[in-house]
Amino acid sequence: MKEINDKLIDDYTTMLLIRCFEETVDELFTTGVVAGTVHTCVGQEAVAVGASSALQKTDVVTSNHRGHGHFIAKGGDIRRMMAEMFGKADGYSGGRGGSQLMADYKLGFMGGNGIVGGSIPLAAGMALRFKQQKKSNIAACFIGDGSVNQGTFHETLNMAALWKLPVLFLCENNLYAMSTPVAEGNANTDFAVRAASYGMPGVSVDGNDFFTVKETIRGYAGLARSGEGPAFIEFKTYRFSGHSRGDQRLYRTREEENTWKKKGPLLRMKKYLIQNDVITEDDDRKIKISVRKKVQEAVKFSKASPYPDKETLLEGVYA
Amino acid sequence: MTMVSYSEAIRQAMTDCMKQDPDVFLMGEDIGVYGGAFGVSRGMLAQFGPERVINTPLSEGSFVGMAIGAALTGGRPIVEIMFMDFITLAVDQLVNQAAKLHYVYGKQARCPLVIRAVGGAGRNYGPTHSQNLEAWFCHTPGLKVVAPSSVEDAYTMMQEAIYDDNPVIFLEHKLLYPIKEDCILKPGKTKLAGSKRLQKGGDITIVSYSYMTYEARAAVQILQKQGISVDLIDLRTLHPLDETIILESVKNTGKVLIVAEEPRSCGISAEISSRIFEQVYDYIDAPVHRLTLPDVPISASPSLEKAAMPDRAAIVRAVHELCSK
Repeated sequence: MKEINDKLIDDYTTMLLIRCFEETVDELFTTGVVAGTVHTCVGQEAVAVGASSALQKTDVVTSNHRGHGHFIAKGGDIRRMMAEMFGKADGYSGGRGGSQLMADYKLGFMGGNGIVGGSIPLAAGMALRFKQQKKSNIAACFIGDGSVNQGTFHETLNMAALWKLPVLFLCENNLYAMSTPVAEGNANTDFAVRAASYGMPGVSVDGNDFFTVKETIRGYAGLARSGEGPAFIEFKTYRFSGHSRGDQRLYRTREEENTWKKKGPLLRMKKYLIQNDVITEDDDRKIKISVRKKVQEAVKFSKASPYPDKETLLEGVYA
Repeated sequence: MTMVSYSEAIRQAMTDCMKQDPDVFLMGEDIGVYGGAFGVSRGMLAQFGPERVINTPLSEGSFVGMAIGAALTGGRPIVEIMFMDFITLAVDQLVNQAAKLHYVYGKQARCPLVIRAVGGAGRNYGPTHSQNLEAWFCHTPGLKVVAPSSVEDAYTMMQEAIYDDNPVIFLEHKLLYPIKEDCILKPGKTKLAGSKRLQKGGDITIVSYSYMTYEARAAVQILQKQGISVDLIDLRTLHPLDETIILESVKNTGKVLIVAEEPRSCGISAEISSRIFEQVYDYIDAPVHRLTLPDVPISASPSLEKAAMPDRAAIVRAVHELCSK
């Protein structure tokens, strides 16, 4: 029992860490401390952590432009992530990639992506390789609702199903492709039927409930691992933040935002943990303080880190 | 020594590498039983099975992307693009993914990928089955672009491309496929090298690549009989460009003709021309001369296609003109 509870507390802590990291990043960009643009995932923490909790360490994950949560859930070092936002030498990509392009191949986090839909075939290719090598690992591909209209989505789902590749397409539907509501970009807003049309299981579940996310992924991951092929899972969720820095959120109402905030993943997880005596209010406070401290340390680390040496500009174009 | 064709040499290189290394595999349209549109992979499905000779649906954007994903996790895929014209469908994956991931992920990612792109006009296949689009990829840092012009190079450079840890666009010209040469194909692990002098001469420098080098070799024979000695340089690697031997040659001859089967604007011939002007301007006795395609789509009609393409006769004429200056 203690083991189960400890794991739950770990997962809840990771969700809080993602929230705090993203809110801090948002503030750093909005106030101009850090230059450029950024896409945060405030409100979508249950998908990232539910997935990492269901998957195995040796599974690989590909991500998209809104990928900090996926990375933290896979074990990313938030100091090096934050330093990358700052464009500093100690960042994961040494300042080359920025917010969208970070990876840690040792952890199996195969990187964020700046092109919507760009990582879909990459993940399937990694799954193809697992299959060729007769390994039982799977590839998990995080995508958003915008990507289901890219050609790579349709082409890759077809090939993944055709060759029964061990890949899961995890679609975070946060209702808006940047500013365009799902219903304005899709003649049929039921994404799961697209999966069915390619001959793979497709389901739609509550993406703000950690337990639903975890159990759904665990089920399909098991099938993929045992050679049953891919699956598509849609997680209904909501990003509390704007699409990126400078988004005035003109395309949605504050009322809608407040409704979703009440259904937020952290509130629900906390409620469950307290009601089931896993943590107390005091524990919750303590976790939040420790998480904030970690993020502040990451900011401090990033500020102290030097900018990459200009002499290194041309390094690494070729392997 | 045995007579081997250009396409057999490529098949042999792929076969030798696949026998040696389980990480090497093929992907592409109709490469299975059919053996590829030009028969380059004929027989390989029977030899290696469907797990390693993967016959794909018509989804260039995503099977190229899948090959990249497999390369990032240790595979060494070779992808056939049936006609280079179809590579347009995979440009995002090549330009935004394969080319950049090593740099943008702080050197963690390696993408040892070969894209076999079948280019070139001369077979009356029309505007969307005859293009050479290599210049686009030379404009993309992180990609390597190579174009063997001989049977021996086709074998050696394919091997080198497979064992290179970077994405390599391997340009094959349809008119080169049937060409046979007497040569010995030696398996080995040499590294992709740059430009090569095919013939030493003192009157004029000719720089070319792919099928145009084949035409240039024929022109050189004609010119030799006329008493004109040509320094013939085959680029082989188009990007990153190895300019050293070109500049040395131009310093010596003072005259240069660049022959490239590509639209005239913003291409490889323009790049070489610019480097010559920038670096050895003082040594040139006549303006750099270029033979290219005009900026026009390739026509299906044999007469219009022929009118667009440089050939050995055009090369001989251009050399005469330059040498009279």
